Amino acid sequence: MVAPSVVLIALVALWPIIYAIWLSLHEYSLRVAGLSRWASPAGLGNYQDALQSSEFWSATRVTFIFTIASVILETIIGLAMALAMHSAFKGQGLLRTVVLVPWAVLTVVTAIMWRTIFDPNLGFVNSLLGTNTVWLGEEPWALMVMIFADVWKTAPFMALLLLAGLQVIPGEIYEAAKVDGANMWQRFQKITLPLLMPALLVALIFRTLDALRAFDLPKVLTNGANDTTTLSLLAQRTFQENRLYGEGSALSILTFIIVMIVSFGYIRLVGGNIRGMTEE
Amino acid sequence: MEAASVTEARPAARKRKRSAVGSEPKTPWWLWIAVAAIVIFCLLPFYWLVNISLKTGPDLSSSDIVPPSPSLDNYSSIFENASFTKALRNSAIVSLVTTFLGIVVGSFAAYALARLRMRGKAILLAIVLSITTFPQIAIAAPLFRLWSDIGLYNTLIGLVIPYLTFALPLSIYILVSFFREIPKDLEEAALVDGATHFEAFRKVVVPLAAPGLATTAILTFIAAWNEFLLATTLTSSTTARTTPVAISQFTGSSQFEVPLGTQSAASVIISIPLIILVLLFQKRIVAGLTAGAVKG
Repeated sequence: MVAPSVVLIALVALWPIIYAIWLSLHEYSLRVAGLSRWASPAGLGNYQDALQSSEFWSATRVTFIFTIASVILETIIGLAMALAMHSAFKGQGLLRTVVLVPWAVLTVVTAIMWRTIFDPNLGFVNSLLGTNTVWLGEEPWALMVMIFADVWKTAPFMALLLLAGLQVIPGEIYEAAKVDGANMWQRFQKITLPLLMPALLVALIFRTLDALRAFDLPKVLTNGANDTTTLSLLAQRTFQENRLYGEGSALSILTFIIVMIVSFGYIRLVGGNIRGMTEE
Repeated sequence: MEAASVTEARPAARKRKRSAVGSEPKTPWWLWIAVAAIVIFCLLPFYWLVNISLKTGPDLSSSDIVPPSPSLDNYSSIFENASFTKALRNSAIVSLVTTFLGIVVGSFAAYALARLRMRGKAILLAIVLSITTFPQIAIAAPLFRLWSDIGLYNTLIGLVIPYLTFALPLSIYILVSFFREIPKDLEEAALVDGATHFEAFRKVVVPLAAPGLATTAILTFIAAWNEFLLATTLTSSTTARTTPVAISQFTGSSQFEVPLGTQSAASVIISIPLIILVLLFQKRIVAGLTAGAVKG
């Protein structure tokens, strides 16, 4: 009964990755062969080209700045939201529905939404700040808008995961701590935070891996202009728009390797918690 | 496993809260501010999109908080746009077929993983889970070439197949936790009565797992409806283009016209099915998200 799923997943997830590795080790020359499929072995040439190009390093830098900034902001805002939702016993169901709106809105729509918000004329940011900035047209700001948009879309997801984690903590512990004279901050620091750790780590892993492969937001917000080209966007542009299959695949594989390294890092960091997720 | 403990603990949490209402009837003022902040944070950006979508002509160059002369022109113009309505249809077909296949194939696998004695179960589940962390870009380039070679490029099937790679792990992961909560005795009783494994699955387990199946279906549908990277890589014309791609490619009727008005209207339209799902199935979606801890 498992077989159809395993075969299907292997066929469409694992096999393309193997094919991508093969592609990345070959060179496709449109000049020589016109539009026909013509490949010559290139060894690690494509990787060498990628690693020597300034675009790759700039995309890596953008991807990491984006990931670190948005994950940190999402965690802080998500945690604050979860704590507020946990205490707000009236209307919690309604709040959860409200919080699900950003999560459900398409990423493409999120990008369009934040474009309208930061639009120099149509948006409210310039009128609110009394500025005249073309936010998406200038270098540090475009990436900042992208981080804002991501935080808006995913902080609520973080909040829901953390809320589920908060609800598992037995109330008696807090009562006991209160009796012992622990103040609010002490209760948060000594009880909430450690007991919330497993949920927090799971949320962090999912968000980090997701942010590292960001594509939709930069594509629709700026199409990578003004220092917002992420690794996924660079790879896609290379193989689709420029038809450099070998180099595009090499970039995809490099992105894949980076994501894998980060996830292994997380697993080493939290080992036991991940095992707890997959086994029972 | 996390999921089981979360769902088990929920009634307890609710009971605790009810008793808290009795002893602490007043909501502190700062909590109201926090709640208001959450509502504004979540809804204001969407309001802005609706606001822009109701503006036309000269209004589309000012930042009024309410459209001075609201009009539905943007909405009527996108529905007159044949490539947008075709994209809506494509999106609906691709998302529904992906959801259906994901549920059917995924539930078999999840059932086997939850029930049958099998070697390497944990490893298999770990591999399935790790697929959800794969960057989609890694399969986009090879699929782009392969689909061009075998004629699946720019077809709806060409989208459904890769969509199943994220739909199946999601279904399997969530459904395994749901199937585990169904008592084994019920199926064993059916087996004793002479039912086959498949009959026991179809007539006993599936009806009991209906909430889990619904949750999985909703999350899969949302994920497929949202997908953009593969949709933009593997399609080239209105034949198979889905709505997210169509919207991202909107241009004004002239080169100088700002397409933000129509783009916003289209964005509002494709968000409606999702908002309806959220309003109707809030509890289910939250249960699925926190059980699987998988982002849709």
